[in-house]
Amino acid sequence: MAQEDTNVIDQPEVLRHKMVTIEISGKKYEVPEGITVIKALWYTGQEVVRGAGCLGGFCGACATYYRTKDDPKVRTCLACQMAVEDGMSFTIMPPFPARKALYDIQSLKDPKQDLFNLYPEAPLCRNCNACTEACPQKIDVREGVWKAVFGDFKSVSEMFMDCVMCGMCTPVCIADIAPNLVALYVSRAQGAHFTDKPQGLDIRIKEIQEGRYHDEWKKVLGMNEQELADHCTTVK
Amino acid sequence: MDIHALQQVVHQTRDARRKQTIPKFSPTDRDQLIHKYHPDYRASAYRPIRFGPNANDKTVVELAALLEGDSSIADNLDLTPQYTTDVLVVGGGGAGCAAALHAHASGAKVILATKLRLGDSNSVMAQGGMQISVAPEDSPVTHFLDTLKGGHMQNDHELLRVMVEEGPSIAKWLIELGVLFDRQADGNLHVKKGGGSSKPRLLTCSDYTGLEIMRVLKDEVLNQKVQLLEFCAAVELLSDDHGQCSGAIFKDLDNQRHVVVAAKTVILATGGIGRLHIQGFPTSNHYGATGDGLCLSYRMGAKLDHIDTFQYHPSGAVFPEQLIGALVTEGIRSEGGHLVNAKGERFVNELDTRDVVSSSIIRECEEGRGIRTMSGRVGVWLDTPLLDAEHGPGTVEKHFPAMMMQFERFGIDISKDPVLIYPTLHYQNGGVKIDANSETNVKNLFVAGEASGGLHGRNRLMGNSLLDLMVFGKRSGLTAAARAVSMPQAKLTLNHLQRFRAEAKKHGSSSGVISPMILPAYTRKEPERVVTN
Repeated sequence: MAQEDTNVIDQPEVLRHKMVTIEISGKKYEVPEGITVIKALWYTGQEVVRGAGCLGGFCGACATYYRTKDDPKVRTCLACQMAVEDGMSFTIMPPFPARKALYDIQSLKDPKQDLFNLYPEAPLCRNCNACTEACPQKIDVREGVWKAVFGDFKSVSEMFMDCVMCGMCTPVCIADIAPNLVALYVSRAQGAHFTDKPQGLDIRIKEIQEGRYHDEWKKVLGMNEQELADHCTTVK
Repeated sequence: MDIHALQQVVHQTRDARRKQTIPKFSPTDRDQLIHKYHPDYRASAYRPIRFGPNANDKTVVELAALLEGDSSIADNLDLTPQYTTDVLVVGGGGAGCAAALHAHASGAKVILATKLRLGDSNSVMAQGGMQISVAPEDSPVTHFLDTLKGGHMQNDHELLRVMVEEGPSIAKWLIELGVLFDRQADGNLHVKKGGGSSKPRLLTCSDYTGLEIMRVLKDEVLNQKVQLLEFCAAVELLSDDHGQCSGAIFKDLDNQRHVVVAAKTVILATGGIGRLHIQGFPTSNHYGATGDGLCLSYRMGAKLDHIDTFQYHPSGAVFPEQLIGALVTEGIRSEGGHLVNAKGERFVNELDTRDVVSSSIIRECEEGRGIRTMSGRVGVWLDTPLLDAEHGPGTVEKHFPAMMMQFERFGIDISKDPVLIYPTLHYQNGGVKIDANSETNVKNLFVAGEASGGLHGRNRLMGNSLLDLMVFGKRSGLTAAARAVSMPQAKLTLNHLQRFRAEAKKHGSSSGVISPMILPAYTRKEPERVVTN
């Protein structure tokens, strides 16, 4: 038993149950230290409909502005991925009316040029870097916008693979660019127009269409339960 | 003890463990292990459903209560529709988006309704990848056999054959839409090996496969101008005089009003049940995973399949507190990450199927070889630094950027230190029984994706979910659209609900539960202490 007791991770914060004072949309509340921002909302009795999605840091629904004690800097986070601390002040970002261009990705003739028709504001970036500072996923957003404008779609698609489309880069843009939407267009164009077609995939599709596996299917689907179970164990 | 002190055993035993090969369990041993430790076999968690299409079948008590639950809709609600459409898709995840896009492309009028935002789903979180047999040494038949083996031979053969055969054309469709799958140097699709699979078959977009697919599908739904009803939760279906599905009633969560939609065909793509926290398990699921589609179709008379079996993903985070239940992707084990108990020993072949790996973790913890946290949780180590040791420094960061970032936010560097994990409620293996076109036994009611059942048998193989969503989203969308354009709109009634209520009454009044649940009740009810300062 004594040996087992040493096998416990120290978490003084769990035992202490220390309460901290935080401010939600300008109102003060006491909540347990270290819970996530989204849990703090539930803890203080608020119903959350808008402002929660996957709860795993992937969907961007819970984009939040926050400030820590005595620090004038307003930062951004995903509410499901951020722990509260004493003196923290936060508010969930409301949906922002950014303009998304509509396009048919497959029928684009010149995607790199089309960028300027779909998002004419994209080249007007004034280099303030606010978008990069606002990104909770630590993407160099400003650099991405410039690379998009200069036609380096490949780099953009790689840089924005982490983008959860929370849209926090958009309200801060003084040139009214929605960088996440620009990057989404660029990434899709990269995938649909500037990436090699995988030859092996087409071969496999053709094989299936031409009935290459017909005999094997006939054999497998004709087996009784036991035969099938035995056959499965031979697959290594 | 300090967490770093406890982690030492993992660092100290790493080199010795690398030389070890752990064989997979024999079929007998694996069955014994599962029966003894898998939560699906905890009899006290189950009870028979009292009435309805699956009367006397057993399921977990949390789900049984919802299935028997009453509707929030009064018998005399005004059913004048606010919207009329050919195809009504309920759910905005992978299956819903795929269904809407294919139905729209076939010329049908489509409405997509979802209780949160378009795309808020489990699909967006899928990290491990998507199983499609594209490698030369692989084949759809091998994919079929692997899946069957993983599903304990209980999978519906017809559904499964359809899925594996349509896989490659799904990959092509996604690539044409701009999805950036990882590639080999020669331009072919890069494939990784997943748990329970005999061949490398996982297509990936680093560890953001679901996110990348969903970004693209969402964008495409918007580009195609599919009509959206966001923040509208389905609360009841509508039926005609013949008991066929003819629409749905929603509750607009912004203004609490009812929205009646008349539809020739309805596709439920409402996802799973993680937020029911079956048996008290934490979950990797999204906020809205409350099994709404199961309740709606059950009241309508649709039969459910395999609803007594759930998937507990082996590696849910146990530490830090903020990440409890969050998934540590299986990709880590695919690339060779070891599971290690408190004594520094491996105890399972890490690439065995999820039910086997989860059962073995539970065994280690129940037999006292787990590591405990002060909040009363227990887990085993997943040796993440091993990947850097094995494949070179920077591997973890390069292949698992999402994972790195998630832990980094709490000051943990998973490329340097192992993570503590325990199984987390991840997936509903069964669901509403469907045919190969994704239709239920209720005519004009289709179900696609996690809400459907039969395809995965009693244990879903890693990477088959994303493919399931795309294949059956597509088939439901195409079938529903083709049917809808050649038929008139049927009458809107609540006859099915009256029948259901009469049956409930016969079996003693219902539990007082209103279903569907829509969102979990996480909001704390007790009054707040007054803050004076």
